[in-house]
Amino acid sequence: MAKTRSSNALLQGAAIVLAVLLTTLVLLAAKAPPFAAYANIVLGAVGSWDVAANVLVSWVPLLLVTAGLLITFTAGLWNIGIEGQITLGAIFTTWMLRGLQASGLDPSLIISMSILAGMAGGALWALLAGALKTFGGVNEIFGGLGLNFVASALNLWLIFGPWKRPGVASMSGTVPFAPSLWLPTLTEQSRLSPSALVIALLAIVLVYLLLKGTYFGLRLKAVGKNPNSAYLLGVPTWQHMMISFALCGIFAGLAGAVQVTSVYHRLIPSISSGYGYLGLMVAMLAGFNAAVAAPVALFFAALNVGSIQLPIVLRQDSSLAGVLQGTLVLFVLLMQGVRERLAGKGLPQ
Amino acid sequence: MTLEIALVGLAGVLTSAAPILFGVIGETISERAGVTNLSMNGKILLCAMGGFAVALATRSILLGFLAGAAIGGLVALLLAFASITLRQSQVAVGFVLTLLCRDLSYFLGNPVMGTTGPSLSMLSIPFFQDIPVLGLLFFRQDVMTYLSFILVAAAWVFIFRTRPGLMLRGIGERPAAAYVRGANVNRLRYLYTVAGGAIAGLAGPIYSLSVKAGWKGTISGLDGIGWIVLAITIFGGWNPFRAAFGAYLFSLLQWLGLVLQPALPGVPSQVLQVAPFPLMILTLLFVNIGNAEWVERSLSRLPEPVRRRVARALRALKATPPAALGTPFTKE
Amino acid sequence: MQIELRDIRKTFGSVRANAGISLLIPPASIQGILGENGAGKSTLMKILSGFILPDSGDIIMDGSRVVIHSPADAIRRGVGMLHQDPLDFPPLKILDDFILGRRGAVFPDRRKAAREFRQLAAQFDFDLDSEAYVDTLTVGERQQLEILRLLWFGAGVLILDEPTTGISQPQKEKLFATLRKLADQGMTIIFVSHKLEDVELLCSRVAVFRQGELVGSAEPPYETKSLVRMMFSRDLAFTGRTSVPPGGPILSLRGVSLEALRLQIRDVSFEARAGEVIGLAGMEGSGQSVLLSACAGLAQPVSGRVRLGENDVTGLSYHAFMKRGVAYLPAARLEQGLVAGLSLADHFILSEGVGGIFIDRGRAQDLASDRIRTYNIKGAPSHQVESLSGGNQQRMLLALLKESLSLILLEHPTRGLDIESTLYIWSKLRERCAQGAAIVFISADLDEVLQYSDRVLVFFSGRVSPPLPAEGLSVEKLGGLIGGKGWDVLASAAVAHG
Repeated sequence: MAKTRSSNALLQGAAIVLAVLLTTLVLLAAKAPPFAAYANIVLGAVGSWDVAANVLVSWVPLLLVTAGLLITFTAGLWNIGIEGQITLGAIFTTWMLRGLQASGLDPSLIISMSILAGMAGGALWALLAGALKTFGGVNEIFGGLGLNFVASALNLWLIFGPWKRPGVASMSGTVPFAPSLWLPTLTEQSRLSPSALVIALLAIVLVYLLLKGTYFGLRLKAVGKNPNSAYLLGVPTWQHMMISFALCGIFAGLAGAVQVTSVYHRLIPSISSGYGYLGLMVAMLAGFNAAVAAPVALFFAALNVGSIQLPIVLRQDSSLAGVLQGTLVLFVLLMQGVRERLAGKGLPQ
Repeated sequence: MTLEIALVGLAGVLTSAAPILFGVIGETISERAGVTNLSMNGKILLCAMGGFAVALATRSILLGFLAGAAIGGLVALLLAFASITLRQSQVAVGFVLTLLCRDLSYFLGNPVMGTTGPSLSMLSIPFFQDIPVLGLLFFRQDVMTYLSFILVAAAWVFIFRTRPGLMLRGIGERPAAAYVRGANVNRLRYLYTVAGGAIAGLAGPIYSLSVKAGWKGTISGLDGIGWIVLAITIFGGWNPFRAAFGAYLFSLLQWLGLVLQPALPGVPSQVLQVAPFPLMILTLLFVNIGNAEWVERSLSRLPEPVRRRVARALRALKATPPAALGTPFTKE
Repeated sequence: MQIELRDIRKTFGSVRANAGISLLIPPASIQGILGENGAGKSTLMKILSGFILPDSGDIIMDGSRVVIHSPADAIRRGVGMLHQDPLDFPPLKILDDFILGRRGAVFPDRRKAAREFRQLAAQFDFDLDSEAYVDTLTVGERQQLEILRLLWFGAGVLILDEPTTGISQPQKEKLFATLRKLADQGMTIIFVSHKLEDVELLCSRVAVFRQGELVGSAEPPYETKSLVRMMFSRDLAFTGRTSVPPGGPILSLRGVSLEALRLQIRDVSFEARAGEVIGLAGMEGSGQSVLLSACAGLAQPVSGRVRLGENDVTGLSYHAFMKRGVAYLPAARLEQGLVAGLSLADHFILSEGVGGIFIDRGRAQDLASDRIRTYNIKGAPSHQVESLSGGNQQRMLLALLKESLSLILLEHPTRGLDIESTLYIWSKLRERCAQGAAIVFISADLDEVLQYSDRVLVFFSGRVSPPLPAEGLSVEKLGGLIGGKGWDVLASAAVAHG
């Protein structure tokens, strides 16, 4: 037992080393000084209070979608439709804000209601993917992908059509909302909203507890690991899959709502910003463990924010962050395969 | 709008469908062997960038295309190794590869971004180009568009008419039976995954050296194409001709979106470009509904003759994926 | 072709599947191979057809020693195997399936192949359209296709594994005629079956397997009794039957008909009463599993009614059955019964279905430790369930049964278990009966069926006997019924009763 644990740690360490090695090779291939690049990322992420705050701003939606994805992964589902669920969350939030902004209601009530609307929007979109899978036999990956495109089409149509800026519609999005409808931020200039941060942290803790300590979480785990056995043990299988879709959609919708109310203050074309896909990577790298997912998400957010300066300082593209993230997850998967092969060899046929 | 303008437009539809065809046929071959290659979206970007950079450096368009195929094949090899040899989930590895390849293409493509490089020129076919209507439509294209026509037909002939093609269908349908008939299932899966990856990889340079010549990084407009390719593969029911129909339909709808825009001022062009997708979902629903468990369960309660008839109708409609798609093979 | 097997041995773990089999099969003969499930028949056939290599022993074909490395190798040497579930390609056209795997030019000459297919088919009077799709064929027709293909590939030895399961009587007659014709042409045929009738009708010689050994052989005229004795007989250690006098009906089936992949079960009626144990006997795939699933609501009858106590539950789901006190324990423990990756304690929490939101870990721990002790499971609450041995997994399934149950349905409750576990599990089940539950179980082990059942339902190719009191049954009679012998007597007895 102890031996396998230490060899596991060894293989995971090897995965990290290999990922950094490969990224360094990529940097060398791009004729970039590796150390300068890494240093720049570190400085870009923790070099000042401002950038550190930006890391947290980016951490919030990533943490929210990861929290949601942990639920669908536990149920054995690949919720690639998460991007569309974020988008729908943002759309519903904007819709509610637009509807109520002239109502004279208390701004905090309006914000709360629009965030709730966003959660409902995300859930709706996720349930659609779930229904396609459960009742239509459409694999959730392809149903989800298709729904992502539909969501972004809907988003564009709203921005360029019914919700366009007076005069000329543009890729810069809808008219910004009045500052009174923004989620309060730490300082005037900062985009970091303490309440959003608290919501995100609560979300991951909630999911941790849900999966670790509740009957529902245990049943979901059983469904994900073996639906046949779970059914025979008395777990209503497809109902649990639908609930897990809905819950994930709620968290994704919340992420979309946060992007609208505290980061962009309007609806923009690429409102999901790829956080959904990144969340899938975070969940995989964290081994689908909520406690590990929070620091991994923070690390990924730091990489993303830290690399923003690369184009200016080193004339390198900021996608270096994605390269490092991708190689990390890839090597962890490969090492997992190596470990299983090594373990499998010891067993008799 | 005169006939000639319409014809030029339609000829453009054939041109812009060419890369999609390469992607779809490559994926069809890979999935026929039982391996889903989800890396398509990133792979096309990486191959586009790589092909462009190589063509730019060597001043050889041919080498650019070869580089695209080589990168596509390598990415597929990695997926094959992870899923066949290391038995990791095809979905997980493919998904990671798609994101990784995308970011790699943006990062490594930074130096060549925005430079003008070589691009494929039109190759009119003497005599044929002068045939009225057809000449303009089919015979004033570039070489890759001609190849895309040939590719579809060749893939169909290979899959449905040749001995190795028959075995390819066998290993994706029922690897155990193919094994009994002498196939080295895993070696063949490696072969077809890499071959499919290389063919799909050509889609990249077709974009960067022809259809959307150049490399413009994130604003190349290529991000998302790969997902479309995967959807069309399913729409195509793993049959090259049906897949080609899907690809042309998609390109046609996109072109119509552009053409019709002046007529529909209320609908932004971006919306028209993605409009085929709701349609695609509906089709997916129709081709899949026969596979749903509740359909089978309710069917089982019907009296025998009625059940047979309904089951037959559903079968005619649905596209059945290769039965062993995504499942690893072990001999007992 | 003449085939000689010399001292073939093969073990899997601690199980001796083949313990030194020697057999000489002359050319132009039909060699029957008889035996129960697990007697070692299929292991030997897998060795002959290249799926597995023997641990030791020689295969000699026409005088020269050969090693068969793979199925493809086997067919090159002229050994063709017809699997019980034909290994063909359902979505393909018949002609494509026919050609697939045969070596030759890149573009196969389809016209020539179609012509040869038609000629071969005509030779055996098979009515197959080369342009039809394989999945529109019946099992019998798929077999015909496989036989034609194997002949076309040049097979000189044909192995058939339980070929008469799931095919109609006319198809069976046609198959037998074909096999006789092939044998006359010099082909060596190995016919593996548990159906006495078929073997007696067809085979020119029979070898009987039991527990991995060749225990006897016979030539026509066959004596059914002695074949049955060779297949089944052993010293039985009957412990005294401690039947509880049965109470009121718990489960009753009236005129239930079922359809499974290759089987049709028609018009089954029986009752299970409180305290009663009903055994379902038969070779695997004879219909027992489908019937048991129907008793659990996991398979829906095409017609007929299922009642639990006073309630008609026809068409309800398994979960509705569960609420009425039914439990179903499948044979595939890790595939269908337990969830690999979850701990023992997790399983107890799941099956107890306690209310509330948060799991009371302390109580769960107590419950788990308590049950683990009661059921004598070698494992701790925190252990993952896949780390248990087979016997302990079965105990685990039993331990998961709720406190009060009215009906327990079990598939192979003691398969693969040692004597101690078997006795223990039955003592626990007996306790349940004493508490008023009814038990219906499937077993391939005739001793187990006879020893623990009050009444027995025998299955043969979808035919189901009326409930027979276990008291009056002998292993010989039961074995005969399972092999398809003695059903006419049963039918006339039923008429006499009626």
